[in-house]
Amino acid sequence: MADVLASPPTTGPADPGAHHAGSPQPQKEAPVRRDFLKLAAGAFAAVGTGVIAWPFIHSMNPSQDVLALASTDVDLTPIAAGQAVTVMWRGKPVFVRHRTPEEIQEARAVPVTELRDPATDQSRVKPGQDEWLVVLGVCTHLGCVPLGQKPTDARGEYGGWFCPCHGSHYDTAGRIRRGPAPTNLAIPDYSFTSDTRIRVG
Amino acid sequence: MAAGHHDSDEVSDASTGVHHLHDSKVKNPVLRWIDQRMPVISMIQLEYGSFPTPRNFNYFWNFGALAMITLAIMIATGVVLSMQYAANTMLAFDSVERIMRDVNYGWLLRYAHANGASMFFIVVYIHIWRGLYYGSYKTPRELLWMLGVVLFILMMATAFMGYVLPWGQMSFWGATVITNLFSALPLVGQHIVTWLWGGFSVDNPTLNRFFSLHYLLPFVIVGVTFLHVVALHITGSNNPLGIEPKTKKDTVPFHPYYTMKDSVGIVVYLIVFAVLVFFMPNYLGHPDNYIPANPLVTPAHIVPEWYFLPFYAILRAVPDKLGGVAMMGGALVVLFFLPWLDSSPVRSMRFRPIAKWLFLLWTVNFFVLTWVGGKPAEPPYIQIAQICTAYYFAYFLVILPLLAKFERPLPLPESIAAAVLPRRGGGPLPAGATAKPMEKA
Repeated sequence: MADVLASPPTTGPADPGAHHAGSPQPQKEAPVRRDFLKLAAGAFAAVGTGVIAWPFIHSMNPSQDVLALASTDVDLTPIAAGQAVTVMWRGKPVFVRHRTPEEIQEARAVPVTELRDPATDQSRVKPGQDEWLVVLGVCTHLGCVPLGQKPTDARGEYGGWFCPCHGSHYDTAGRIRRGPAPTNLAIPDYSFTSDTRIRVG
Repeated sequence: MAAGHHDSDEVSDASTGVHHLHDSKVKNPVLRWIDQRMPVISMIQLEYGSFPTPRNFNYFWNFGALAMITLAIMIATGVVLSMQYAANTMLAFDSVERIMRDVNYGWLLRYAHANGASMFFIVVYIHIWRGLYYGSYKTPRELLWMLGVVLFILMMATAFMGYVLPWGQMSFWGATVITNLFSALPLVGQHIVTWLWGGFSVDNPTLNRFFSLHYLLPFVIVGVTFLHVVALHITGSNNPLGIEPKTKKDTVPFHPYYTMKDSVGIVVYLIVFAVLVFFMPNYLGHPDNYIPANPLVTPAHIVPEWYFLPFYAILRAVPDKLGGVAMMGGALVVLFFLPWLDSSPVRSMRFRPIAKWLFLLWTVNFFVLTWVGGKPAEPPYIQIAQICTAYYFAYFLVILPLLAKFERPLPLPESIAAAVLPRRGGGPLPAGATAKPMEKA
């Protein structure tokens, strides 16, 4: 930096007045103070543009009132085993399913290595709350809402959910088993605030 | 060749040795390829690079560039604000409060937009004042001036409709008062007002159309600004001496001389703008506009935004309804005729010893009109407004047409260079010390 700032003797007269008066400059190779000024001004302008652009860009991100609605509490007491409820969270459906022991058994019997998106059933529930499966009700293929929340729905070949749009089958742990979807149904951030309540988000 | 224009392509052109491509001087091959087919780069170089500009601009010549910058700021902030705004009487006020409280940087964007309107008028008023003082409206720049008046009126319409959008008390009652101006027209007045409102009072249809037009008009302003600049680049800029450049010595290339001078002005301007936005964002607004619109209660003291006050004062100065509206409109319309009303061939007030003082008096008069416009409509303010209104019009309709017959202008300099450059061998500076660097231009 120091030798950039210093005016090298090869760049002509030290007097800046003479420099600007258009006296011939035979050599342009060595960095001169003008180069430093241009770089500094360019960097300053680039940072300034970013600083000015950011409020415009960030104003299009979720606002505080949207973020304030970003968590949803669910009371689990009315959901009997084998039943499920759908709650709205961030404008999307969340499936809360009270699984029967058979469904849990079925999900745990599958060798993990056979799965397209390998995950154990244990990894998809909270410890000690094996009967509660909470997944985002959005098919990972193209965003449709899979069927299977009502016992009368088609639940697909693996007893979980079935997406009617392009035929993806999910099992009782919400894992993809057949069809075009690439990954398992996503698990939202949630926690048990008590034994009978969860907070999604 | 002209007949076969559309059939010929580059290959046949090459074989005949004739081609339509623009003779581009651009070095970069990609830019050159574009420039040969669409010479925008050449145009920018010609109009903003080498464009010969009088060498003697003072800082009043910054305000056109400042107006352009402000227009850009207004459109940029306005576009993102409109993404959060709801043009419905049930939602509008709350959506603006949501912008202030919940939207990321919404407070900044709205304050920049609201104060940007004030800054825009400050800049444009100074820009117009510059034109009046230095005679920039005179031949051959009449059309340039008239396009400027069109821009000013478009700005006023845009600002008025923008102020209605937050749907506060001042929004609602401002809209009611201003639209009711049209009811002064004989016979058709009330029908026009009903048509403007889309109903029988200022209501949801009014708000919707004002939002639509408030989004549309800025782009009309962009279009007319383009024409304004086209006209400017045909006649060239006026300058503080009001005499035309005669030789190359009278001009400098626009870049880097005026790109730099404009940049200095823009930095200073943005500092002032930032002080207003960050430290006194509501100084120029009315507290009543933070009360949601109520069609049943008019605020006790209703005034328009500060930039409309001079014209509002003229409106109230006339005791007759139609007369007041006509005078207010006339105060703007008279500007269109100014190039033909001023009979003096001398442009710059520097060389008009009497007109200069009468114009400065007109300037003071304009400030007084602004002041009385914000006062209640009662004595003595009404009388002051009447005197000021009389002088406003007398300056344009009596003084400027007649003054040239009596006034003896000061001798004009023989050229810009002769007036602003020290003479060789004389002057306070050693010969060539300031002139020499300019000679390469």
